[in-house]
Amino acid sequence: MEATTYNYKVVRQFAIMTVVWGIVGMLVGVILAAQLIWPDITFGIEWLSYGRLRPLHTNAVIFAFGGSALFAVSYYIVQRTCQVRLWAEKLAAFTFWGWTTVIVLAAITLPLGYTSTKEYAELEWPIDILITLVWVAYALVFFGTIVKRKTKHIYVSNWFFGAYILTIALLHIVNNLEIPVTLTKSYSLYSGVQDAMVQWWYGHNAVGFFLTTAFLGMMYYFVPKQAGRPIYSYRLSVVHFWSLNFIYMWAGPHHLQYTALPDWAQSLGMVFSLMLLAPSWGGMMNGIMTLSGAWHKLRTDPILKFLVTALSFYGMSTFEGPMMSIKTVNALSHYTEWTIGHVHSGALGWVAMITIGSMYYLIPRLFGREQMYSTRLIEWHFWWSTIGVVLYIASMWIAGVAQGLMWRAANADGTLTYSFAQVLNTMYPFYGIRLAGGALFFSGMLLMAYNVWKTVRMGRVVNDAPIPQAVHA
Amino acid sequence: MSDFTHGFWPIYISVITLVSIVGTWIFLKTHTTRRLAPGEKPELIEHTWDEDLQDFNNPLPRWWLGLFYGTLVFALAYLVLWPGLGNFQGLLKWTQLGEYEAEVKAAEAKFQPVYARFMQQDIATVAANDEARAIGHNLFLTYCSQCHGSDAAGARGYPNLTDHDWLYGGDPDTIKATIADGRSGVMPALGDALGADGTKAVAHYVLSLSGRQHDAALAAVGKPKFEENCAACHMPDGTGMQAMGAPNLTDKVWLYGGSEAAIIESIAKGRNGVMPGMAQTLGTTSNKDAKLHLLAAYVYGLSQRKQ
Repeated sequence: MEATTYNYKVVRQFAIMTVVWGIVGMLVGVILAAQLIWPDITFGIEWLSYGRLRPLHTNAVIFAFGGSALFAVSYYIVQRTCQVRLWAEKLAAFTFWGWTTVIVLAAITLPLGYTSTKEYAELEWPIDILITLVWVAYALVFFGTIVKRKTKHIYVSNWFFGAYILTIALLHIVNNLEIPVTLTKSYSLYSGVQDAMVQWWYGHNAVGFFLTTAFLGMMYYFVPKQAGRPIYSYRLSVVHFWSLNFIYMWAGPHHLQYTALPDWAQSLGMVFSLMLLAPSWGGMMNGIMTLSGAWHKLRTDPILKFLVTALSFYGMSTFEGPMMSIKTVNALSHYTEWTIGHVHSGALGWVAMITIGSMYYLIPRLFGREQMYSTRLIEWHFWWSTIGVVLYIASMWIAGVAQGLMWRAANADGTLTYSFAQVLNTMYPFYGIRLAGGALFFSGMLLMAYNVWKTVRMGRVVNDAPIPQAVHA
Repeated sequence: MSDFTHGFWPIYISVITLVSIVGTWIFLKTHTTRRLAPGEKPELIEHTWDEDLQDFNNPLPRWWLGLFYGTLVFALAYLVLWPGLGNFQGLLKWTQLGEYEAEVKAAEAKFQPVYARFMQQDIATVAANDEARAIGHNLFLTYCSQCHGSDAAGARGYPNLTDHDWLYGGDPDTIKATIADGRSGVMPALGDALGADGTKAVAHYVLSLSGRQHDAALAAVGKPKFEENCAACHMPDGTGMQAMGAPNLTDKVWLYGGSEAAIIESIAKGRNGVMPGMAQTLGTTSNKDAKLHLLAAYVYGLSQRKQ
């Protein structure tokens, strides 16, 4: 017999873990920010040293927090926009337990120092294999559900999720081709500049497809839902979807400007990064213009504030990124705090804020309530997050540009004007501001946790959301 | 030299790049519809998902299209002028290596005169020159301060350069050699050979050499063991040997600490002091010899000033 309800269980599991991993990942980030000011703050314990915690932070916020959010919303959206229950539910359950196992293994092995040393792909080969299995299961569930959909057309969010699922599979497998020597150690199949190029083809597209394409999928559902308005332009969705995904793939070499990478590859990385500006902004515009006719809602609806502010930060960081890929700009910005600021305007401003807004929409619906326990707390959370991000990125901009200029400053006799220690000394006030901003953003997540806890306590678990029988055109 | 292993690849790169840019152009062109007339409402597409999700079908915004085409034009122009299309060098013939070499050449021409006159003076003379000392100080902060400290007073395991105690000798030529080629100060571990009691006894004898508080009976036991195991480098009277960099044990300078525990650790586990050779690090330009000269003079001057 055909199912008459949606599968909310796996959505609920991932949604709750999104909040949990968000808190864990951001707490580690706050500790790292503090370590840069007080290096001994973790008492010299090797498992908590900067080099071990840093990959834990990146993996936790990208793959645990961001990943769980994407699983939750993609499973929710694909069911509701296809008007059909998830296909292969046992596989869907496996993706939850498998992904959670991956995260727990990461949280154990990274502090212990097991690493393949590839940025954002540090996990060792047995975990890589588990990730691959989970991802294949994810693809089967997602595309299986698309195949048996009742609606004629595929909703725009699902294009973006489809692109992200396929591309991440490709990126993960190609970048992690490695030769195991023991259970906990492997060596990359590539060497030298090829290894660097494959790594940054992966690294940049992890940003492109995991943190951009997939979260645009999230945006395309929750913005029109929360605004109660049709999407601004179907045509723009189509054009920016294809151009974004096509052009993103080329941009990786901009991470290797002025290195051993051949000149021609550096140039291609740069020009395609610049060509990426308009496709990136297509998504921002389509989201923001969807609000036309509903701008007044921004005044009273903190969820919409989260979503629209996220789009603004998205637009800002996708302008900044192409600029930083220009060789002469890159010569100043590369290896400085500016890069850290850029990453966090994307990660906190865009990814975290669109996720937080979406979760405030989603979580009450998974627990049989109209809205969250407290709208006022969402409003507070919004302001704490916004001020936190602004403090973070503004301090890192100033610190980064100062750092770049101090490194290159030379005296009339050709010697360097500033020693390493002098440059570091200049960074301290900005490290302090960054820590304050990060701590504020993290505190907002604690507000969210309390709000979610109260909502869950007052609500009931929804396992009987009915699938409407009438199929729209 | 070509970056490519086979003549096919530069063509492959060029074709796929140009087709991509031009293809994007055509894709944009074919998806552009007419602008809405003033007051005209955008079409609302008939599809509906999840009860209320719908799409307007506004035409692509003109400023956005302009931005997109602008980046495509920029890309094509850039690839004509700069390298990008396989083996095609670009009309400007720019290369990363060429840019670097040009900068090095310019720097050499600019700074050669600054350095040239110091090269004709001996280190002691240069050390007394204020201008040279300022340059030397900057070089020291760049290359040496990470280990020896901004004030050159060193730290545990890193020699103080402002005193008069020299492991390898403090004359100008030796200092220069130390900076250029580095030093490797290896003290072998003697814990196994001496045993725990023997190590402690030798440590007390070492303490006695500089007149520090020690157990006289233990020191007496340690003395013959010192002569047997340590004197070859540190000399029978403990005054050390600069040819090997073996420290003088009779003075008050302790590189790794002068407490009983620190001395026992040094004897039992040995020490591996490494000063990296800076000859390569100082650069590849013709000014590197002058930088070495100025740096040696600065370090020489650090201890001379206090005399």
